[in-house]
Amino acid sequence: MTDALLIPQKRYATAVDYLNLMKPRIMMLVVFTGFAGLVAASSMTGVSMHPVMAAIATLAVALGSGAAGAINMWYDSDIDAVMSRTSTRPIPSGAVPRDEALALGLIVSGVSVMLMWLASNWLAAALLAFSIFYYGVIYTMWLKRATSQNIVIGGGAGAFPPVIGWAAVTGNMPLDAWILFAIIFFWTPPHFWALSLLAHKEYAKVSVPMLPVTHGAKVTRTQILIYTLVLVPVSLLPLATGLGGWIYGAAALGLGAAFIAYAVRLTRSKAGGPDAEGADMKLARNTFVFSIFYLFALFGAVLVEHAAGLHFPLVGV
Amino acid sequence: MPEMPDPVVPQLDAEAVKARNKRNLWLGLALAGFVLLVMVMTFIRLNTAAGVSERM
Repeated sequence: MTDALLIPQKRYATAVDYLNLMKPRIMMLVVFTGFAGLVAASSMTGVSMHPVMAAIATLAVALGSGAAGAINMWYDSDIDAVMSRTSTRPIPSGAVPRDEALALGLIVSGVSVMLMWLASNWLAAALLAFSIFYYGVIYTMWLKRATSQNIVIGGGAGAFPPVIGWAAVTGNMPLDAWILFAIIFFWTPPHFWALSLLAHKEYAKVSVPMLPVTHGAKVTRTQILIYTLVLVPVSLLPLATGLGGWIYGAAALGLGAAFIAYAVRLTRSKAGGPDAEGADMKLARNTFVFSIFYLFALFGAVLVEHAAGLHFPLVGV
Repeated sequence: MPEMPDPVVPQLDAEAVKARNKRNLWLGLALAGFVLLVMVMTFIRLNTAAGVSERM
């Protein structure tokens, strides 16, 4: 084999590289939950927002998420280059220089907060700014490489979008908005730990103290079950406040039961352990994929109820 | 006055120039989009404010 085959070819950055820098898949989930919060707020309070302003506020949430993603990729480019899962990202692949990634993150952060302020109000803009800081600095720079609870505390960053959406419409943050926050907050650990069961060797290689690395696979699987058992009752709270109706209730119960079933099976498996078999790892992967479906479907139920006029609450609002 | 030496301009191959032009195009479009968004928001805010003052 010649050296030319071993050295990666120099490639020039395209717009897609810059888009990938903003973690578009995470962005989709963030936009979806933020939009659900926005629609639910309008339906619950009767306060309407100009549709164009609502669209721009949603775009601002997407840009804010992307900016935080770019800052994360800038800071983590050293470990991304070592882990095979992340080695093809724009910075380690050599397509985008680190400084450009940071510049993109900072500029888009400013633009997103400004757009949010102009489209809605200062509270939503301040929450968006704080959530970018939370992900880009608190999680990425302070927690991720320091504690095995990184994803638990850092999960707060991803939980802000529905609160931001709610604040964009009403200018305040009532209990219902924080219930939506809590759902994403308690969903994040089982979601991410299912992935880290698959990638724990990679995290160990770069000394990132993810739970399976520091406490082992068995503890991680148990923690996944515990957080799922907390998540399901939390997901039923909207029924008590009137935010969720019959459709949401049925979805939350069905999806919650399925999530618990996955978590129980995962706890009984050897996924992530040294003696894990193919079926165990497949189960961890399926749990991870299902967790994404779970959140989309749950917030989809909120959207359907409040956007399509199908909101029939179980309790008086 | 001594003559200043010409600045050194890095030589880019055709592929690099093409990639740079494409990036510049996207950057231009993004900037134009931003300006358009601010314009639309200003228009909506002014219209809303005019509507409120008419009702008063």
